[in-house]
Amino acid sequence: MTEPLLSVENLRTYFHGAAAVAKSVDGVSFVVNAGETVGIVGESGCGKSVTALSILRLIQPPGRIESGSRILFEGKDLVSLDDAGMRHVRGNRISMIFQEPMSALNPVFTVGDQVAEVARVHGTGSRKDAWNRAVEMLTLTGIPSPGERAKQYPHQLSGGMRQRVLIAMALMMNPALVIADEPTTALDVTIQAQILELLLDLQKRLGTSILMITHDLGVVAETATRVLVMYGGEIVEEASVRTLFDAAHHPYTEGLMNAMPQISDSRERLNVIPGTVPPPTAWPTGCRFRDRCPYSWERCEREHPPLYQISEGHTSRCHLAVEPERRAHPHLPLVEQTGAIL
Amino acid sequence: MTEPLLQVRNLRKVFPITKGVFARKVGEVRAVHDVSFDIMPGETLSLVGESGCGKTTTGRAILRLIEPTSGEVKFAGRDVLSMNASELRALRREMQIIFQDPVSSLNPRMTVGTAIREGITIHKLAEGAEADRRVGRLLDEVGLRKEYANKYPHEFSGGQRQRIGIARALAVEPKFIVCDEPVSALDVSVQAQVINLLRDLQKERGLTYLFIAHDLSVVKHMSDRVAVMYLGKIVELARGEDLYREPTMPYTQALLSAVPVADPTLEKQRILLEGDVPSPADPPSGCVFHPRCHHPAKDAACSKIDPPLEEKAPAHLAACIKQPPTVITWQEQQQAGGVNPPVKYFPVVEQLTRQSTETPQGAI
Repeated sequence: MTEPLLSVENLRTYFHGAAAVAKSVDGVSFVVNAGETVGIVGESGCGKSVTALSILRLIQPPGRIESGSRILFEGKDLVSLDDAGMRHVRGNRISMIFQEPMSALNPVFTVGDQVAEVARVHGTGSRKDAWNRAVEMLTLTGIPSPGERAKQYPHQLSGGMRQRVLIAMALMMNPALVIADEPTTALDVTIQAQILELLLDLQKRLGTSILMITHDLGVVAETATRVLVMYGGEIVEEASVRTLFDAAHHPYTEGLMNAMPQISDSRERLNVIPGTVPPPTAWPTGCRFRDRCPYSWERCEREHPPLYQISEGHTSRCHLAVEPERRAHPHLPLVEQTGAIL
Repeated sequence: MTEPLLQVRNLRKVFPITKGVFARKVGEVRAVHDVSFDIMPGETLSLVGESGCGKTTTGRAILRLIEPTSGEVKFAGRDVLSMNASELRALRREMQIIFQDPVSSLNPRMTVGTAIREGITIHKLAEGAEADRRVGRLLDEVGLRKEYANKYPHEFSGGQRQRIGIARALAVEPKFIVCDEPVSALDVSVQAQVINLLRDLQKERGLTYLFIAHDLSVVKHMSDRVAVMYLGKIVELARGEDLYREPTMPYTQALLSAVPVADPTLEKQRILLEGDVPSPADPPSGCVFHPRCHHPAKDAACSKIDPPLEEKAPAHLAACIKQPPTVITWQEQQQAGGVNPPVKYFPVVEQLTRQSTETPQGAI
């Protein structure tokens, strides 16, 4: 097997507040291979976006990537790379597509200028070349009459159009990896379908790897080949997309799938995961999901579960891996037993 | 047959576009255009559509939080649009709204208890200890602890705040609630809790909902009937199961097929719409959807004739002159430049493929 393109090893990103330390990302390891789409799924506060920002070293104080974390990319450790080296990586080898296209674009420059700027910063060719390349990229992303559109300002474009501009910017330097942080969350469903189709099509043509960060299991199912499920700053399950949807192992993944309203089912009531995600300043001891878990037992409180191997390429951070018989006896989750509130 | 609780007829809302210091009117936005529907007591009608389709404006115009331009709204037989301020205040006891964003809809300086009590006091439903008891009961009913009455909104998570919003709406014991995207801002696991809560409350209290949402899968779980809006108009209205099984208006078909499905084994046959929703300040002539339509019989007549919302199957209304049956005769269509006679068009969207493989009909 060839070297993975990106290898994140024991990434820990903590935010040092005055009163407490928020362990937003707490020991995350994964790889992204060349040409692959990896999905990271989880709810607000699970650490998925902080993971993405850490890879690009966009964490601002009081946030800090803790020592011992390694992010290996094209033979370099991004954690210890100097600023000049990092500038060469950002937007050039790794680029990012943000959720909210309006706030990611500068309102006082034309979109063509902003796309062309990527090429100028990374020092290839003249101003004119950069502009021509920008128009070419806008064409590639399916913007109608790209020559005209390039001269317009962000407010003159629709949301879907702006997201196409961001994609053009991200792909300008033909990066090896694109991190897409909820790229379609702010868009309407018919526009979302257009943008996802576009991303996958461009990936096929350009051979870029994509790290797709989303809360939507539907988006993951349609785009990713491998999925990481995050909860409480950790990866709790990793599997191929097929395996995850066929045979989810971790109770959180299972709960997430059952809680999701699906257009193709007609259940009267949705299954719920009681309670809410705990704050990153106070993860529960042992298993971080145990309060909300219908299977948890004393071991879960005592012992922080490692990532157990379930099958080839499938891991799960749950003691059920070694005591599978416990799955037969679900109980009410702790938060319901103690009368605490949903 | 029982009377509908709410009757809406030809509701319109036009927002003027103004320019300059004298606010000279230079154009107008047709936010809601001739919207009509009924809601029966105890029923949930959902309004779905994408941003800017007029679904929220419709919800607010019914409550007169926005004054409609014209049309008729009758609530339990009373004409809402002709009411004066005091009549309207009395009516608000019966009609309430739950907003999308639970953060901005709660006053940060008011304790949760005070916020919930406000309605009870205004409508003189109870006072003193009795009012406190009611607040406690309401909190209990929406799954929060009674002690939370003394806390402030910022102390709660998004899901809990939405529960507070629901308790506040319920405080005046309304019959009818407009739920304006009540779960869009919530995470999946919390969203399911709130959806279940809304359904339970409906059963216990016999509530009637107008449920406004853009998420078609959430809508499917909530509604008895669904109305699809596009550019200010209702383009399809049917019982939920019928609409999801046999979407008739080409826009509904595209909308349903665009929903990402959490099943990687499914082969998708997606209808991809071209371009964006046109501006409601300058809506297309004829059928508002015609520039993006994928119906094989689409022709010049679609850009001339405004399609009526008509019955295509029992209790299944859709606005499309190319989906038979239609009251717009073939002669009329030809006069308007039509070259393709109407023909039934039901593209196989992915949800349908799956359902048909699971329940084979007429198996030999």
